[in-house]
Amino acid sequence: MISSDDSDPPAPASGGSAGSVSLAVMVNGTRYPLTLDPRCTLLDVLREQLDLTGTKKGCDHGQCGACTILVDGRRVLACLTLAVMKDGANITTIEGLAKDGVLHPLQQAFIEHDAFQCGYCTPGQICSAVGLIAEGRAQTADEIRESMSGNICRCGAYPNIVAAIQQAMGLP
Amino acid sequence: MAPYIGTATSRVDGLAKVTGTAKYAAEYNAPGLAHASMVGATIAKGRITRIDTTAALRVDGVITVLTHENRPPLADNDQAYNDDVAPEGTPFRPLYDGRIIFNGQPIALVVANTLEAARFAASLVRADYLTEPHVTDIHTKRDRGLAVKDPITPLDALFAPPKQRGAPGPALDGADVRHDGEYYVPIEHHNPMEPFASTAVVESDGRLTIYDKTQGVQNVQRYLCSVLGLKQDDVRVISTFVGGAFGVGLRPQFQAVLAALAARALGRSVRVVLTRQQMYVLGYRPAMIQRIVVGANANGTLNAITHDAVTVTSQHENYYRQETGWSGLLYSCANAKYAHRLAKLDLPTACDMRGPSAATGVYALECAMDELAAALKIDPVELRLRCYSDRDQHDNRPYSSKALRECYHQGAEAFGWHTRNPEPRAMRDGSELVGWGMASGVWDAFQAAITVRIRLSANGHAEVACATSDIGTGTATVMTQVAADMLGLPLDSVSVLLGDSTLPASPVEGGSWIAASVSNGIAATADAIRKELLRLAALMPDSSLSGTEADDVGLVDGMLVSRRDNARAVSIADAMRHSAVDQIEREITTNPIEDAARAHNTHSAVFAEVKVDEQLGVIRVTRVVSAIAAGRIVNTKTATSQILGGVVWGIGMALHEETAIDHRFGRVMNANFAEYHVPVHADVHNIKVIFVDEADDSNPLGIKGVGEIGIVGVAAAIANAVHHATGKRVRDLPITLDKLLGKPS
Ligand code: FES
Ligand code: FES
Repeated sequence: MISSDDSDPPAPASGGSAGSVSLAVMVNGTRYPLTLDPRCTLLDVLREQLDLTGTKKGCDHGQCGACTILVDGRRVLACLTLAVMKDGANITTIEGLAKDGVLHPLQQAFIEHDAFQCGYCTPGQICSAVGLIAEGRAQTADEIRESMSGNICRCGAYPNIVAAIQQAMGLP
Repeated sequence: MAPYIGTATSRVDGLAKVTGTAKYAAEYNAPGLAHASMVGATIAKGRITRIDTTAALRVDGVITVLTHENRPPLADNDQAYNDDVAPEGTPFRPLYDGRIIFNGQPIALVVANTLEAARFAASLVRADYLTEPHVTDIHTKRDRGLAVKDPITPLDALFAPPKQRGAPGPALDGADVRHDGEYYVPIEHHNPMEPFASTAVVESDGRLTIYDKTQGVQNVQRYLCSVLGLKQDDVRVISTFVGGAFGVGLRPQFQAVLAALAARALGRSVRVVLTRQQMYVLGYRPAMIQRIVVGANANGTLNAITHDAVTVTSQHENYYRQETGWSGLLYSCANAKYAHRLAKLDLPTACDMRGPSAATGVYALECAMDELAAALKIDPVELRLRCYSDRDQHDNRPYSSKALRECYHQGAEAFGWHTRNPEPRAMRDGSELVGWGMASGVWDAFQAAITVRIRLSANGHAEVACATSDIGTGTATVMTQVAADMLGLPLDSVSVLLGDSTLPASPVEGGSWIAASVSNGIAATADAIRKELLRLAALMPDSSLSGTEADDVGLVDGMLVSRRDNARAVSIADAMRHSAVDQIEREITTNPIEDAARAHNTHSAVFAEVKVDEQLGVIRVTRVVSAIAAGRIVNTKTATSQILGGVVWGIGMALHEETAIDHRFGRVMNANFAEYHVPVHADVHNIKVIFVDEADDSNPLGIKGVGEIGIVGVAAAIANAVHHATGKRVRDLPITLDKLLGKPS
């Protein structure tokens, strides 16, 4: 039987790019003027153009949380965010959490509680936890679990991640 | 100085991991780096009749599109594609020709200046195919499986079913109680968080450095050289950090070949990153249909076990492990028989996945034991104790150590098992049914030959080097601890180099064998350094150590110290400086000690509590206690994490994980994290890990390894708890609510 890829052919490839857009973002306190292909996700811009590879790509579909960063203090999935949507935004990534060589309390707690194994989900977990604490809603271990469930850890470090977050929140 | 071995030492790479400075395969850059996007086949079997790349090539920024028609030369014989851990058969050859043997198989690689251009252009590649009928459903082939042959080589004997013992047929006929059940585990995918990726960097001299996601840099290095026809020196493979692998990084994966091919074709550095979806055409845990029949006497001793299995592999390679053998190993039982057949399907080849064979085989055995306990009206722990065996049942050998009895006792105690009401559906918490189940676990304690290099500098710093990976297990930390203890140095005076094919030889990291192998390798190498230091110390005038026996002198706090009289000591630095030695270097290969007279295994007892919403069928695993006997635990912190991870995997196996294939197309339907469910935070509650003391002298440090044992038995303990909660026995994993609310099986 002869078969062919049956999907509709995509729009003609007029160069493949829809031009470029200029914008500026503030990342970890540094201002970056950018000229971008509008298709660029914030995740790819951070990783490929600004060389901030601490933010991870696990699925590129908003399903794993590895790319979690803080945009204007709120946790956001960088893979689901087009960079052009964030002109003027204030972005914090894992590279920006330690101040003057002093680790953020969550970073310290993650080390102490061994809240990771391979470390690949870790930047997303930590940024997500920073956002969670700022939201101020989760108070119990179960609420932390619920509110962190967008951040998958395939190594299964969950119990230690929750313990680390509790420590950083000052919960017993 | 207190020893580091046996302590809860934080990871030496923790700082890099929490600050985002740990670099993974897709995170290395190079001048002029090009980005590549893979295109997969859309049929399961047949051949490409035409492949059209013109639209893709017209996209701005696209450099080239590689297909089987224009690729650079590749080796043309199977031998070249056989990696260190390849099963028997004909290995897959990426972009070799137009033949399609599984859906999603790479058929083209679009290389462009930017990621965006590469991805867009990849969507424009079109292929026409001549399709052939395919089969991807294990159930359609369950009765036409290829029988696994009797073992010929010692390696086969590790994987083929063990020989029959006794006369299981008559023994089953004479049993007071007999249980006969069929259990099913579907295909599962590893889904490490880090996508498979390779960054192939063309160095100024034309050689390739490949930053690859792998569990074995030297395996990939040898494979790439033979597949691409390159000299050993032309390719270096580096994998400093690996974002999880769980077995799918044991064999070289096709993205490494694609990246290297493109870099060679263009003379330019190229990165290939697979999408999450594309990772579902790498290896997988084979689906497994198992039938277990157990016969017991009324007093709770076993008299016969038969275990038949059908597992999935590809048409081109026969992957199997000894899935059935665990049944006859674990308990005292005079009669046992096994059969293993392979359902050869039009899929990629299955591969090892955390606790390969044991996670699945022991699942069936331990559910069958639970069903037997219920039939005999004997407590499930008590049944295991009555069947307890102090000898390896296959070969009637003693164990080098086996503290499984203590696992049962300590696990049961910590869990509060003695208050369990044996009746199903007897325990409740508000509207939820509560169930308590348990299971045993078993894995092998392997050790492999490994080479370690240590360089000790007169300034008191030691560099320890070995090509092993650290896939998140904590290998780098364990290596640091062992080296620090053996050399008498603080942790921060030891640095570790690993994950680089140019380092001393290591096997792939898997099977839980690296901790024992590399730790004993470091100990042996450090011992050679100690002897050299002692020789240097003896050259010093009036050395307080002169006349001491080599074995009487240890290294402590930067000193050579007599173990009999610690007043007799010489500073390491002084000993080296006196002979004008700046650095002592030793590189030693350590082989496992031959000990075939004893069996070498790790064991566990797993206790699980589930709460089940009766109306909705929602199952929560609220508590797990895992008591582990695995020899000496080098690092209680990272080892605990290994076991926690294994338990989480067991929860996924029991309740969530299943790769669904649309058999009309032979294609995975749920190739993403939204539809392939893995446990998330909300699924994981209280998990307690207990390491039971277990002294073992199989290797000088008494290490057995903990990477696999954590998952083994967990799915069974949960399935047994679900039965205890609800009175329903679901033998078909995962236990989803439709199965639970449906008719009892
Ligand atoms: S990479 Fe963004 S959610 Fe997975
Ligand atoms: S630490 Fe490996 S995925 Fe979370």
